[in-house]
Amino acid sequence: MIAVEQLQISAGNFTLRDLSFRLPAGSYGVLMGRTGQGKTTLLEAICGLRRVHGGRIRLDDDDVTDWPPAQRNIGFVPQDAALFSHLSVREQLGFSLAVRKQPAEVQRKRVEEVAGWLGITSLLERGITGLSGGEIQRVALGRALAFQPRVLCLDEPLSALDQDTRDSMCDLLQSVQSRTRVTVLHITHNRAEAERLADCVIHLNDGRIENRNA
Amino acid sequence: MTRMTADHAPLSGSDRRFYAVLAVIGGLYVLLLVSMLVADSAYTTPGHLWKTLQSPEIRYAIRLSLLSCTMTTILSLWVAVPLGYVLSRTRFPGRDLVDLIVEIPIVLPPLVVGLSLLILFQTAPGRALETFFPITYAIPSVILAQFMVACAFAVRTMRTTFDQLSPRPEQVALTLGCHRSQAFWLVAFPAARRGMLAAATLAWARSLGEFGPILVFSGATRFKTEVLSTTVFLELSVGNLEAAVAVSLLMVATAVIALFILRYWGRETALGEPRLS
Repeated sequence: MIAVEQLQISAGNFTLRDLSFRLPAGSYGVLMGRTGQGKTTLLEAICGLRRVHGGRIRLDDDDVTDWPPAQRNIGFVPQDAALFSHLSVREQLGFSLAVRKQPAEVQRKRVEEVAGWLGITSLLERGITGLSGGEIQRVALGRALAFQPRVLCLDEPLSALDQDTRDSMCDLLQSVQSRTRVTVLHITHNRAEAERLADCVIHLNDGRIENRNA
Repeated sequence: MTRMTADHAPLSGSDRRFYAVLAVIGGLYVLLLVSMLVADSAYTTPGHLWKTLQSPEIRYAIRLSLLSCTMTTILSLWVAVPLGYVLSRTRFPGRDLVDLIVEIPIVLPPLVVGLSLLILFQTAPGRALETFFPITYAIPSVILAQFMVACAFAVRTMRTTFDQLSPRPEQVALTLGCHRSQAFWLVAFPAARRGMLAAATLAWARSLGEFGPILVFSGATRFKTEVLSTTVFLELSVGNLEAAVAVSLLMVATAVIALFILRYWGRETALGEPRLS
């Protein structure tokens, strides 16, 4: 469950005020709004990457407003994927497990399990140079899923993909979510994508949550 | 960036004249540079070069140059990586001032750097340090004189490197369970490796050519504080032009190699992630 209560965030020359919404556990929420409305800023605040000036952020029963990103247990996929340029696909997927000092065997099993879901097992030993747009997004998604986060935050993960790849990624996101029951918050401004994926749509317009429909 | 290529539309008469003027102005400078190097090479023979390199004084200067430049490079990187990272990634009161101060050695006349160091070590704390660790007119002064200038270039290179690296992967690392220091060591540091090599090469090459601060702060004593740039000066001052040219050629060759390394690695300091297409 993600609950945002009267959140206030400043970013550059604009301020988001009194943002409140609630996303039930295990649901797929889509955050929509025109470019420059602060969708990414809101997502960063939820992930703990941006300072909050007021209000609270709750994940399940925890008030995480003042928690560092590492403790929040949120998988984050930024718009540009931001893969680690010096690591192989296997190392990207196992990164969060290596940081948590999980045994090598546990890491290997989990990486192979996640890679299997995402259809990237054949890419595991490769570096990231030369990966296609769809493959890059799958690797970024796998990296965010490997440590079994309670929430997955996706910032326009499909915006740079062609239509066919986008369709297959939509199928993949649905299957991953039904498999893991992770709560997803997905930013997009593509209406078709929202209709296809969302249990709950949140609109952010002129610095306010305008409406929400389930 | 658009470039003139063979595929462009044919040039009109006025276009040709325009490019001809540009080519003449730029070409003269390039010609002057190449002529200088050719004249240097023509002034000496391989045999003479070899004989010069056999001289014990010059061998000492080569050894001290290699040692001091390498030490300076290590020290410069030691400072430039954290300072470049902090200047690039963080905002704090006085950041612009620090940024300005770090650039001072780049614009300061080299002799002034040397003189300022000399005066610094004449102050009470400087003298106190010298009582148990002699610096002025000793080998550490050579390294310190080189370091003051070379480090500024290394900091600038590292700052640009981190500026060009997106902070996003580090942010993702934070969400994946890293502390700030882990995000730096596991993500930013490896991604900046080419920038570090460029900064190291630049610091090394700058140190090799450093002369003014060394002359003032370290003196030019044979078998003590003589580095290659000092050798050129000493040989010139006693009228031994052949030896001065031979050592200069050695420095030119080293500088050209450094330049190639810098061009090759420096061009790709922004080791971006593959873009989505």
